[in-house]
Amino acid sequence: METEQPASSSRRRLLTETIPAAAGAAVLAVLLGGHQQSAQALPPHAIRPPGALPEEDFLAACLRCGQCVRACEKNLRQDKGGETTAPPAAFPTDAGAFVSQLAELGTNAPLETAVPVLRLAEIGSGIPAGTPYFVPRISPCRMCEDMPCVKACPSGALNNKKLASINEARMGLAVLVDHENCLNHQGLRCDVCYRNCPVIDKALTLEMQVNQRTGVHARLIPTVHSQHCTGCGKCERSCVLENPAIKVLPLAQAKGELGRHYRLGWEEKEKAGHSLIPPVLELPMRKPEELP
Amino acid sequence: MKQRIAGREAVAKKGWLRAHKWLLFRRISQLGILGLFLLGPLAGIWVISGTLSASTVLGFLPLTDPLLLVQSLAAGHLPEAVAVFGFIAVLAIYSLIGGRTYCAWVCPVNLVTDAAAWTNRRLELKKNLSLSKSTRYWLLGFIILLCAATGSIVWELVNPVTVLQRGLLFGMGLGWLLIAAIFVFDAFVLRHGWCGHLCPVGAAYSLIRFATLLRVKVAGRARCTDCMDCFAVCPEPQVIRPALKGGEGSATVIASANCLNCGRCIDVCPQEVFSFAKRT
Repeated sequence: METEQPASSSRRRLLTETIPAAAGAAVLAVLLGGHQQSAQALPPHAIRPPGALPEEDFLAACLRCGQCVRACEKNLRQDKGGETTAPPAAFPTDAGAFVSQLAELGTNAPLETAVPVLRLAEIGSGIPAGTPYFVPRISPCRMCEDMPCVKACPSGALNNKKLASINEARMGLAVLVDHENCLNHQGLRCDVCYRNCPVIDKALTLEMQVNQRTGVHARLIPTVHSQHCTGCGKCERSCVLENPAIKVLPLAQAKGELGRHYRLGWEEKEKAGHSLIPPVLELPMRKPEELP
Repeated sequence: MKQRIAGREAVAKKGWLRAHKWLLFRRISQLGILGLFLLGPLAGIWVISGTLSASTVLGFLPLTDPLLLVQSLAAGHLPEAVAVFGFIAVLAIYSLIGGRTYCAWVCPVNLVTDAAAWTNRRLELKKNLSLSKSTRYWLLGFIILLCAATGSIVWELVNPVTVLQRGLLFGMGLGWLLIAAIFVFDAFVLRHGWCGHLCPVGAAYSLIRFATLLRVKVAGRARCTDCMDCFAVCPEPQVIRPALKGGEGSATVIASANCLNCGRCIDVCPQEVFSFAKRT
């Protein structure tokens, strides 16, 4: 190494300083890029606040400042007279235990808890650090009409221009994921999720079916309608099961999508005012004996 | 040879309080700013809401971290006017007082790296890693490229400045590990390793240098006895030499954009060579 003398001091500088600095920084950048790739997928129990841009755009826009979380806390504090409870760790397993504990408190544990709704992701939580989210099972969105979280956002990551009212929020979509354990599916009249829906009878309805088990009773099936469901999570929060049968999922995971070329005949017929295909073709009847 | 402890002589000559004056002011500033952020959630007094990445002061003045806004732009998001106004406000403030004044007077990681540098000095650890001080600028460039390539604000995934502050304000998670790593790196691997060589946030702030008024002056450099205490404590020792040892006729102010205006050199100098001054 010592045998090769750089021709000039600027070349020496290039070899001993500039290149190692650039290369070292490049190594760190590659590690960071790798981390970024693995930190993109949001775990299904984490739901973004109302008005959040689609996840990809959200990660470019959110400045990780936490002002939405503060606005949410402030609002809760005003409503609860300063009393708030520390939130439990934000993992679904703990959430179940937490909800059970609240249930044991009976009337002292109102459905809308004093637990702050929005939280900022910590390092190691599996959610991009510093971004806001809530866990519906622990603390569903309170659906404030003035949307203080959206107003507090300085960057437009929570976009108030797109939301005229909180009922237009699409934070996620409630899905009755477990038909086997849902009490209404057993023919019981639990109805708790339905009763707690802030957009009751639009976002969540009870659809009557025949109870095949008894043959004489009805089953009232909680049914979510995506054109009205805000994804606030009050249904998931209120589900009486140990692990809720109805869960709010991120829209991308909850919604199916028709192929773009699909057309539903009855809808097209209504739009056009008449059938789009000619009446059934009259084909000649050929009897076997007519064959040549 | 007996170790010379930087600042001892200044304490003996000027008294403890005067030999720690700017250090104390700085700690009051760092902890005070943290306290103001905590006053809202703890006591309901909302002087400032948010974090160092973006905040609102007294309910009307927005502040936005310049590097964050640039990353957001690079990632392809056009921020709302509030964030842009906050960006301009921060540029204006630090243009006047010097960009890297942020590092010494605001950034919470400085508390960690100062402790690490103190440990490193006391243990007399020899320099055993060589890293160019320009690494941070390369890293800064790569981060902005990475934001553009991924369409996402990448540095905030790991940025120790906001990880520490956000951790103290909202919950730390595994952020402690990152902060501990920085302490270990600075204390045992490379003195001033993080703030002086790697941190792209500091690098970004050093680029705010349009009309810096506040500077450290070496008016009394004729009195310098070459005790080297200022070099020992300075987080960016390379900035002192041109002013202090520039010889007759050279500028008597530390002009480098990487001077943190921390004032520790003023504290530890027994000869009172240094002082804060308005750049003329």
